[in-house]
Amino acid sequence: MLGRTAHDLYWLSRYIERAENMARLMDVGYRIGLIPRSAGRHQEWHSTLKSTGCAKGYYEKHEKLDARAVVNYLLVDQDNPSSVRSCLAAARNNGRAQRTAITSDMWESLNQTYLEFSRLNPAGIRLSELPDILLWVKQRSALFRGTLLNTLLRRDGFYFSQLGTFIERADNTARIIDVKYYLLLPQNEIVGGGIDNYQWSAILRSVSAHRSYKWTYQESYKPWRIAEYIILNPEMPRSLRFCSNEISEALESLAHDYGGRHACHRVAEDLKRPLAATTITPIFQTGLHEFLVEFLGRNNQLGSEIAEAYHFVS
Amino acid sequence: MAVPPFDEMRGYGDTIRSPYRSISNWLDTQKIEDLRSKGIEAETVFRRIGITFNVYGEKDAAERLIPFDIIPRVIDAAEWRRLSAGIEQRVRALNAFMHDIYHRQEILKAGLIPPELIIQNSAFIPEMIGVDPPRGIYAHIIGVDLVRTGEDDFYVLEDNTRTPSGVSYMLENRETMMHTFPELFEQNNVAPVEDYTDSLLQTLASVAPSGLDREPTIALMTPGVYNSAYFEHSFLADEMGIELVEGQDLIVLDGEVHMKTTRGLKRVDVLYRRIDDDYLDPLVFRADSMLGIPGIFDVYRAGRVSIVNAPGTGIADDKAIYSYIPDIIEFYTGRPAILKNVPTFNCRKPEDLAYVIENMAELVVKEVHGSGGYGMLVGPSSTQEEVEQFRLKVKARPDNYIAQPTLALSTCPTLCNTGFGARHVDLRPFVLVGDRVRMTPGGLTRVALKEGSLVVNSSQGGGTKDTWVLEE
Repeated sequence: MLGRTAHDLYWLSRYIERAENMARLMDVGYRIGLIPRSAGRHQEWHSTLKSTGCAKGYYEKHEKLDARAVVNYLLVDQDNPSSVRSCLAAARNNGRAQRTAITSDMWESLNQTYLEFSRLNPAGIRLSELPDILLWVKQRSALFRGTLLNTLLRRDGFYFSQLGTFIERADNTARIIDVKYYLLLPQNEIVGGGIDNYQWSAILRSVSAHRSYKWTYQESYKPWRIAEYIILNPEMPRSLRFCSNEISEALESLAHDYGGRHACHRVAEDLKRPLAATTITPIFQTGLHEFLVEFLGRNNQLGSEIAEAYHFVS
Repeated sequence: MAVPPFDEMRGYGDTIRSPYRSISNWLDTQKIEDLRSKGIEAETVFRRIGITFNVYGEKDAAERLIPFDIIPRVIDAAEWRRLSAGIEQRVRALNAFMHDIYHRQEILKAGLIPPELIIQNSAFIPEMIGVDPPRGIYAHIIGVDLVRTGEDDFYVLEDNTRTPSGVSYMLENRETMMHTFPELFEQNNVAPVEDYTDSLLQTLASVAPSGLDREPTIALMTPGVYNSAYFEHSFLADEMGIELVEGQDLIVLDGEVHMKTTRGLKRVDVLYRRIDDDYLDPLVFRADSMLGIPGIFDVYRAGRVSIVNAPGTGIADDKAIYSYIPDIIEFYTGRPAILKNVPTFNCRKPEDLAYVIENMAELVVKEVHGSGGYGMLVGPSSTQEEVEQFRLKVKARPDNYIAQPTLALSTCPTLCNTGFGARHVDLRPFVLVGDRVRMTPGGLTRVALKEGSLVVNSSQGGGTKDTWVLEE
């Protein structure tokens, strides 16, 4: 496989995952904005901007925090490289450049998604329509993942796609936690209570885990439990541990098929090791924020090592 | 025009010609609205799978569909036999011609072509002199543009010997027709076209460098996603199961061409390139080319990589050479050309120039190096002012123009706003030259959708039709 093909497949999956995560985070921002007397009601869009890594870009364009402006910036602004529109366009471009490496089912889902999204009139989006639009984005992402899982040959192209998906997802989950890490510290259990409940549920919602949390723990939200769940649970598909396991598995498959290991294999093990703990206590002891910063750095380094090892050409 | 043009279905009168009997009966039983909605359905499929083309200079319409007309163009077995014999004769002669002018230049010594027309021609590549491509073949993939003006009158408008495109439309049009109207294929013995990509792969493999002790590695090179024919490039690579590469994926190392893969470098033996000569190797041709592969020409000359089509094939479809093609065919095959050329005025000749200037409003005038319907004048359908402007251009640079009588291209029934209308068509059969000559029955029929228009190019609003060759 061409190095450029591997690069494009990896980023294609990252863009789709990013578009979906953007939709999830916007959904949470919108929902919290609807809750009366919620402590973070007005600040929630600010958190959304921070969790998506779009705060800097937004404030360069806009002076004030304004729900409509934020929605516009995150959903359709072409100046924002992480907006849903930019992600869908970039994903489709990559797919177009790699028509021979993806299946026609994958291509058709990408192409259709892009064409339908392009019909959206950016000036005419009402906030009340937002949930439907975001649901559609999530469904289209699911459709793409579904066609990939069901039609793509299990060889290098598939493994590079998996790496893109899970490196992007790990990055996203870690940033969601980091933006609100102070809400998850154990002492918050005492000071928290009713108002923070919204915030905790928001964090879980943004990783689609508010229901599964209850099924897993059968108890009401506890901040340190939430952290443990999203970071260490091996069953939860958006947890850091789950992502790092998937990353390792894809890299092992590549090592097996290509008959060789690289620096990226070592970095992936480094990424996974601290997540093998069964309780969150040691992580709290070293500092949750510090832990997440290190995780994000290593995850980022992993991406570069993979590009190096497999001769990505962009 | 006083005489109505020859119609593929009705000839000159009202009798249905035999190849169209079945189609005509079928059309009689169809409702226009049904056909129209089938047509829309077909276009939706094209757009969903991404068969679009880019029009140069149109920013907003970056990706457009070539309109597809659902009424097929039909050729019977006897007609096709004659056409294919003529085409085979032509492509053999053109390859012999290129081998000659890049070696001993017998044809120039024989005085058949003025030497300056070759030597000073920008399509003639001196670097190719003395190069021996595998099997002596230069143009492996050719699209011959034919038009018809009467029952037995076919003319060759152009031999596209560089990088002809359109074959993906031929294949997808058939897929779409079989999907939309399966009953038609039960009722008619339509020769299949789907083995084209197999033939292409066999042709490419047959011209691999000699001395390989393994299966050749073949790749298709595209200028990239913004090229107007990108869909076709990816389609063909996919159908053949070969890598679709860009210049940045290739590198010359130790006298070989390699592609950069996830496992490191891999040698490429045959490169089916869909970029122009100019951009192929910045060390030899255009130094500012960002698309090409520095050093590939040296590897080619040393016989360590095969380039398809070979560099320098443009000389065989140069419009200034065109009028000499009948002589070229006779010179190399010893027989008169089976297919006719359109009588052509070379404006570089003073007497031709005088005639063209005088009669411009009746002629089709083309730039010698133009293609795709850009930079041409169709006299009878142009305003006086347009004719006048073109007259000035031709006077300023006579060398740059040729002119031909306006041919009454045949028409074919076509679905249009008012029902069925007769629209002008041409035909581009695709020919492959390798260990042998392979030809797919039919080709691509292009149709000028505007009533009366003679310009079938997709960039100028033309559409396409499925093309049937009926088997006996």
